[in-house]
Amino acid sequence: MSSLLEVKDLVIKFGLRTGDVTATTGVSFTIEKGEKLGLVGESGAGKSVTGFSIIVLISKPGYVADGHILFKGTDLTKISSEEMRNIRGNRISMIFQDPMMTLNPVLTIGTQMTETLLAHNPKMSMKEASEIALEKLRKVHIPSPEKRLEQYPHEFSGGMRQRIIIAIALITDPEIIIADEPTTALDVTIQAEIMDLISELCETEDMGFILITHDLAVVASVTENIAVMYAGRIVEKGRTRDVIDNPQHPYTKGLIKALPEGAKGSNRLNQIKGMMPTLTNIPDGCAFNPRCPYVMDICKTDEPSLIQVKGMDTQAACFLCKEEVFTNE
Amino acid sequence: MSRHIDNFKQSYLWYAFKRDKVAIASMIVLCILVFTAVFAPLIATYNPYDPINTDVMNSEIPPLWMEGGDSAFLMGTDAQGRDLFSTMVYGMRISLLIGVGAVVLQSVIGITIGLISGYFGGKLDSFFMRMADVQLSFSYLMVAIFFTAILQAAVGVGRFGEIAIPFLILVIGFSQWPQYARTVRASVLAEKKKEYVEAARVTGFGAGRIMWGHIFPNTLSPILVLSTIQVANAVMSEAALSFLGLGMPISRPSLGSLINSGFEYIFSGAWWITIFPGVLLVVLILSINLLGDFLRDVLNPKLYKG
Amino acid sequence: MSNNEQSLLSVRNLYKRFDISGGLLDQIKFSGGKFSREITLVKALNNVSLEIKQGETFSVVGESGCGKSTLGRTIMGLYPPNSGEIYFNGDRLDQLSPKEMLPYRSRMQMVFQDPYASLNPRKTIKQTLEEPLKYHNPQMNAGELRDRVEEVLLQVGSDPKWVTRMPHEFSGGQRQRISIARALVVDPEFIVADEPISALDVSIQAQILNLLMDAQEQRNLTYLFVAHDLSVVEHISTNVAVMYLGTVCELADTKLLFEDPKHPYTMALLSAIPRLDGKKSERLKLTGEVPTPINLPTGCVFHGRCPYANSRCIAEIPELKTHSDGRKIACHAVEEERIR
Repeated sequence: MSSLLEVKDLVIKFGLRTGDVTATTGVSFTIEKGEKLGLVGESGAGKSVTGFSIIVLISKPGYVADGHILFKGTDLTKISSEEMRNIRGNRISMIFQDPMMTLNPVLTIGTQMTETLLAHNPKMSMKEASEIALEKLRKVHIPSPEKRLEQYPHEFSGGMRQRIIIAIALITDPEIIIADEPTTALDVTIQAEIMDLISELCETEDMGFILITHDLAVVASVTENIAVMYAGRIVEKGRTRDVIDNPQHPYTKGLIKALPEGAKGSNRLNQIKGMMPTLTNIPDGCAFNPRCPYVMDICKTDEPSLIQVKGMDTQAACFLCKEEVFTNE
Repeated sequence: MSRHIDNFKQSYLWYAFKRDKVAIASMIVLCILVFTAVFAPLIATYNPYDPINTDVMNSEIPPLWMEGGDSAFLMGTDAQGRDLFSTMVYGMRISLLIGVGAVVLQSVIGITIGLISGYFGGKLDSFFMRMADVQLSFSYLMVAIFFTAILQAAVGVGRFGEIAIPFLILVIGFSQWPQYARTVRASVLAEKKKEYVEAARVTGFGAGRIMWGHIFPNTLSPILVLSTIQVANAVMSEAALSFLGLGMPISRPSLGSLINSGFEYIFSGAWWITIFPGVLLVVLILSINLLGDFLRDVLNPKLYKG
Repeated sequence: MSNNEQSLLSVRNLYKRFDISGGLLDQIKFSGGKFSREITLVKALNNVSLEIKQGETFSVVGESGCGKSTLGRTIMGLYPPNSGEIYFNGDRLDQLSPKEMLPYRSRMQMVFQDPYASLNPRKTIKQTLEEPLKYHNPQMNAGELRDRVEEVLLQVGSDPKWVTRMPHEFSGGQRQRISIARALVVDPEFIVADEPISALDVSIQAQILNLLMDAQEQRNLTYLFVAHDLSVVEHISTNVAVMYLGTVCELADTKLLFEDPKHPYTMALLSAIPRLDGKKSERLKLTGEVPTPINLPTGCVFHGRCPYANSRCIAEIPELKTHSDGRKIACHAVEEERIR
């Protein structure tokens, strides 16, 4: 039995005027039914591009240069755009950061919801579609859904809009939902509500869920598994609790310590020196080597691959993990 | 300075320009035309304003390659016996002078009003923008005809010829400032919200310094694009006025008045007096407009066209 | 006020309303058979009072639209207040003309949220930094200006060699450093930092926060820190004011507030923070939506979403009352000891 979704050695490139730029290199992960995976990284780490590539929606000049995306055994990089349309928005749905950008301001919520449904099921009657829309609105806990179907996006608050986006994503009973920074534009109290809602839905609907975010704390409170990305590579992946409580890669360590929560007690935060390289000038060897406090000679020449950390479920792309210098720290 | 040149060479503008054949061709044509106009006395074979060079006996000589052509007159002569090529070169000079002059005037008025309107807002803004609406609801031709008629009656047709250039600049300049004012105002409204403006206010800078020193430089790209369009428009406006006999007198013809002057002779066979200046005008306007389109595509500003 | 001497900045009963009804034509409404002129006001600040002591980091937290940024900008004189008083070092600021305000402009500075919008894209770093300095110190010559700019750039961790560059050549973190340098270059005593790190990446956030704390230590600065990220606020501030719909609901010492929040809104806000340890704290879930600041609720602004609200909360606006442990709370339920 193949996994629900398996991404294997994904390489995404952007054709620019100065030549091709590699956005992600060898990104691999799998996700099963009902599993929640967090894809964490700073801006430019390649996490959003990876998300978009799964629904084959990378905008030009980006393209998948190598690798496979297997959805229940079907390679999404090889199928026709016709077949892809049947999967995208139907069996794999995506939620975006800004609810106002995703909703069409001149159409009612009802129209926008039934539209998706009818597009994927031409035989369905309008009445049936409305029934399903109502059911989904109830599922995301929107009060008096019958009335809401007739309303326009501007009549809703930010949190409500994001609920509607989720209801639209759910409408075709997808098997995977990919959420790209779904709560970044929202306030903390609303963020907490939305995250609760998503977790609840994943359990009741048995969906796979990929949460793309920069916020480690959100990932920690929602997901079971985590993949940390840096400069287009996955540098560490494993169970969320393991990775956060006992990070192996120096970047993950630095990131956690840089949070005020991770640095309690001392007055200054632990900072990672420098900044993430831009995609056009990724250093040789390990992409993190210029910022790494534990850098060795080998890091500047050879690129580490993801390896199993001894005695743990975590995989990390770091030479230190191989040498077992690091594990006991 | 060399740093600025380096910056320019790395800019997207230069990159896009190098790859746009139409833009390059337009630029070359425009450069040749402007060069010709600026150095008209060196390029033209005769000085058309000098009566010594005009001989009525030479009138309506066809271009060189036609039967009856004279080797002294490359493109033939006009009805007054002036060398058509030289007259056209000088005419283009006047056309461009009026076009650029009018645009400078428009932009000075329009940018100032746009900055004030956008920055202060409120009643001042409403006042200026209603004024712009009123201004745009007059046809500039109507205004020009009205004032030309009054002026010609007041100073006499002969004297009018001497003040025609500044007069045309004023008429075309004043009638078109609202385009600038609206475009600049729209940019100012967008820029005003940005935090660097607040930072300048927090530092205590006065309104004038913030408007001209901080906001104005950030509205330059829409101004640049608008200016190319407006130069073409102004040259055309001038040609239209001159064609109607309200612009440059035939003693100091612009392209428009040349076209007009040749119009009477077109059926008597002397088509060249109208066609050559006409073609030159089209080429001039086309090259400016194509460059303007290129700039608009590259800089992609939000233009507010009146 | 009794503690006027210690306060560097004090704000008393500040009100700020924005008129969003547009021009005269937009204001005219037709209803009930006749035309009437309606003015729509956003009530951004309602009776806000606070005291900021010399050398402290005073944070204002709240969700979007609660008026925290408006508060910072009103204190800086970017918006004129509708009523209320603002004192800096005992001098009243809110009625000064721009000219009279000028000496305070170099003593009070501001750092902004968006590093991409807060630097003028057409000015080099040198121009951005030297212009305010020269404006406030006309007697300085070119060499002195250069030295001062260099010194400040070094302090914020930027390379003084970069002064000829334009802002677009820098990353967000570097721009934010330059923004901070612009605020520091005129040698202020007080800085309003409006969400200075929320637009930055996590690893850069730590750098900027450390930089702000270092600058505070070296220059004995006082901060008004406006933020929505509660864990950051907990880390850096000495006192925190929690705002909801333009009103301060709770104001207390940071430790006290985070360990034992009293106001129901503070409790809800704190319990919603996602924790790195993944432990879900006992969540106080809020019902309903945030009302608009155009039509403020009667009584306590929070009553519509508060699980403890009763008829008094609907009718009567709670006052910000000082409690025995020094914290100030505006809540009838706490006052009546209905909570705990």
